[in-house]
Parts: sequence; C-alpha cells; structure tokens
Amino acid sequence: MTNIIETKNLTRKFGDFTAVDNVTFDVQTGEVFAFLGPNGAGKTTTIKMLTTLLRPTSGELWINGHDPVHEQHQARQSFGIVFQDPSLDNELTAYENMQFHAILYGLHAHEYKERIPMLLELVGLTDKKNNYVKTFSGGMKRRLEIARGLLHKPKVLFLDEPTIGLDPQTRNHIWNYIKELNQKENVTIFFTTHHMEEVERMATRVAIIDHGKILTMGTIEDILTQAGTDRLEDAFIKLTGSAIRDEAGNAALNRMRVSNKMMR
Amino acid sequence: MTAIYILWRRQLTRFVRTRSRIIGALGQPIIFLVAIGFGLNPIFQKAGGGNYIQFLAPGIIVMTVLFTSIFTGLEIIWDKQFGFLKETFVAPVPRWQILLGKVLGGATVAMIQGFLVFAITLVAGFRPMHWSSLPLAFLFLFLVAMVSSTFGAAVAARLDDMQAFPLIFNFLVQPLFYLSGAIFPLKNLPMLMDFITKINPFSYGVDGLRYAFSGVNVFSPWTSAAVLVGVFIILMAFGVYQFSKVQL
Repeated sequence: MTNIIETKNLTRKFGDFTAVDNVTFDVQTGEVFAFLGPNGAGKTTTIKMLTTLLRPTSGELWINGHDPVHEQHQARQSFGIVFQDPSLDNELTAYENMQFHAILYGLHAHEYKERIPMLLELVGLTDKKNNYVKTFSGGMKRRLEIARGLLHKPKVLFLDEPTIGLDPQTRNHIWNYIKELNQKENVTIFFTTHHMEEVERMATRVAIIDHGKILTMGTIEDILTQAGTDRLEDAFIKLTGSAIRDEAGNAALNRMRVSNKMMR
Repeated sequence: MTAIYILWRRQLTRFVRTRSRIIGALGQPIIFLVAIGFGLNPIFQKAGGGNYIQFLAPGIIVMTVLFTSIFTGLEIIWDKQFGFLKETFVAPVPRWQILLGKVLGGATVAMIQGFLVFAITLVAGFRPMHWSSLPLAFLFLFLVAMVSSTFGAAVAARLDDMQAFPLIFNFLVQPLFYLSGAIFPLKNLPMLMDFITKINPFSYGVDGLRYAFSGVNVFSPWTSAAVLVGVFIILMAFGVYQFSKVQL
C-alpha cells in the first residue's frame, strides 16, 4: 500500500492565529479516512491546502506523489472535492452546472451524457435537472454538489461535511454509492463530518484534530480504547472537550463563510 | 482547450438570461448620445469640428464595450463570493486558460452590447463612411473588449468584495474613458492632457474605431492596433500572475 496523501509538519497561520499547527499524517491508497474535529479545528484549512486553494505557511505535503504548492496541475488532476461551502452557479440549471464541471475536467460528451443523468438520479434531482439552481433549497443544492463531485473519477475524493442538511434517506443513498466507488474503483475517500454514525459506518481510519493539532489517529477501535468509551461520539467529546466552539480562523474568510451559509 | 470554450459559454449563457442588464446597459450610451451628442452638436459645428454625432458615436460604442467588459471581469468577485471560483480553480485547467476563457466570454458579451449601441447610433443619425469598413471597426472594438476584460479580470482576482467596485470604476475606468478622445478631439490639448491621453491605451481604440468608421485619425491605425495588442499581452501576463496568487 502506498500513501496517496502525506503531510509533514503542515502549518498554516492567518496573522497571529494558527489554524493548522504542525500536522503530520498520511492516508493510504484505497482508504476511507475520516478527518474529525469541532468547528474551527482546522479541517477545512487542511483540505484547502491539500487541494491547492491555500498555500501552507510551512511544512510539506503530497497528494498522489505531487506537491500541491509546486506541482499544482498534477495535484489537481488527482482529486475531486465536495466543498463545505456553496460552490454552484445559481444562474445556471442543475444540468448546466454538471456539464460545466464535466467539460472542465475533460470528460468526453459520450461519458458525461451517460454519467450526468445517472448521478442526478442518484441524488434524486432528475426531474429538476432543467431548473435554475437559484430556485433550489439548501438540501437540493447540497445533493447537486455531491453529484457534481462524483462526476469524474478521481484518485482521491475530498468530502468536506458532505451530508450537512440532508435527510437520512439521502445520506444513506449517497454513502452507499461512495462506498461502492471506494470498493470498486479504489477511490480514496477523505471526509469530514459531524455525524459519528457515518464515521462508524464508513471509515477505515480516523484522525481527530482540534485547535489545529492532531489529537489522535487510528482505527475506530484504537480510538475507543484510547478514550475508554463505547461510542465514538463519547470518545470525540472526551478528547475535544465539551465547550462549544466558534468558527475562528481568518476573520474575513470566516465572514464570507457565514454569509455564504446564510445565502443557502 | 474545451475548458476555454465552456468558460466562454457560461458567460454568454448568463448574459442572455439577464435581459434587465442588457437593457440597463443601453441607458448610459443613449443619455450620452442625446444629452451630450445633440446638446454639444451646435457648438462643435460652429467651432468647425463637423457633425458631433459623427464624431461622438465611435466614442460611445467604445464606452459601452469598455464598461461592459470591465464589469464582466469584475464578476469574478461574485464568483468568489458565491464560491463558484473554487470550483473553477481546483479543476486541472491551467490558470491562463481560465483567464482566457473568462476574458473571451467578457469580450463577446461586450461586443454584443457594443453592436446594440452601434445600431442605436445609426438611428441617431450616425453614418459609417463605408459599410465595407465595418469588419475593421469591429476588429478594433474586439481589441478594446479584450484589453478591458483582461484588465477587469486581473484587478478582480485579488479583490474580495464588490465594495471596491466604485473605487475602481470612478478612479480608473471613468478616467480611462473620458481621457481617451471619445468625447473631444485629441488635438491642441494642454501638455499634461496630451501626455495622459497618449499613454491611455483606449485612446488608440477610439482612434482606430474612428479611422475605420470615418477615415479620421490621430494615430496611424497600425500604431493603434499594435498598442492594443501589446497592452493585451502585458495585461494577460499580469492577469495570469494575479490568478496564480489567488488563495480561496
């Protein structure tokens, strides 16, 4: 097994605030890796660095053997991502959003003409495919973003709180598909979530991060043993404390995140 | 290359869906044509400048193209705020292709808008000298559109919200238009004005267009075309650099 993702002493500062602090971990090819932590722990910042959107302050990282800072293009060819924040064009229809993505990722017409209807069916948006995204509810937008993230078959798929705002039926449906993708196509899954039952169901390995630092890493059993609890949720709370967090981070970016969430 | 095509098509799709914007963007040129064109025409003629509408029309067409394409460039800020830019920027597409796709989209939209205004100037009494000169005119207009959309995109790349828009519009775009020879001839100007108009690339766009339409020019049309192409290349390089520095 080779490591498809590796980080070494990865650090990202926003002014005085250290969002990601000396983080080292690796993910093996074909794993389903859950990256957990309270709000503002540094999950999204880590994902942004891995996906070339943010430059690290210091440290090293590789995705599929490429450095996202210096080999951006090769790194980008290796992954797909479902962002935590909205990322759709509201003035286009659902189908047009999918098509835009497909062409941007170099899919041929015969491929995407088959895959788009299949994925829209998966997320239950077939009859809405010609509606403008601006008429969609938050949950529908989320489903469309997931369908879009699954369009091309990357080596690594990043899912940043993919199931936020979705009902159990849809979540079940989507996770089944992702599991299949992982098993049949050997796509590595790197995901964050606040639903511990999704982790218990999906993850082969888990890392828990808080205040920018990795607290623990291992299989679910390892973490339960370490925390001395029966349930992952209890282990999570025991390790990260029960205080409620604000989303800190870069103030301007954070304002944008909050307003984006409200726009949903 | 298909990435350039889909980025271009997205701009166009969005444009044809916003009818209110298309109509709205015709307001300012019409006001200019009526208020300034017809208003100053008697004085202009008395001063021996000939028909002012004939002089002003190319300037107004350039204005439309300039303002429209700058605005389309600045739409990158919206894409940033709505998160769509992330979707574009993580795709395995070189930054120059993303920029070129957006610029071509913005320029095409501006050309359509410019063509509509051209039709309006015809109604107002503007007459090109030869209809056969239209292709040359639209070539100059296209260069203006490419320069201004690249400018808009390059500036927008590093801005986080639309609050900077009035600043850019009032202190950069408006002066570029007013000091381009669009509304007055670039002759017998005070030294400072003469200097400013000569370093303004849009002066060459207006002049090139006026040459194509009426055979009147200050600069050689070859000079005008070369300046516009040169500025476009420089702005493109600057834009690619700006795009490569964007962190989301």
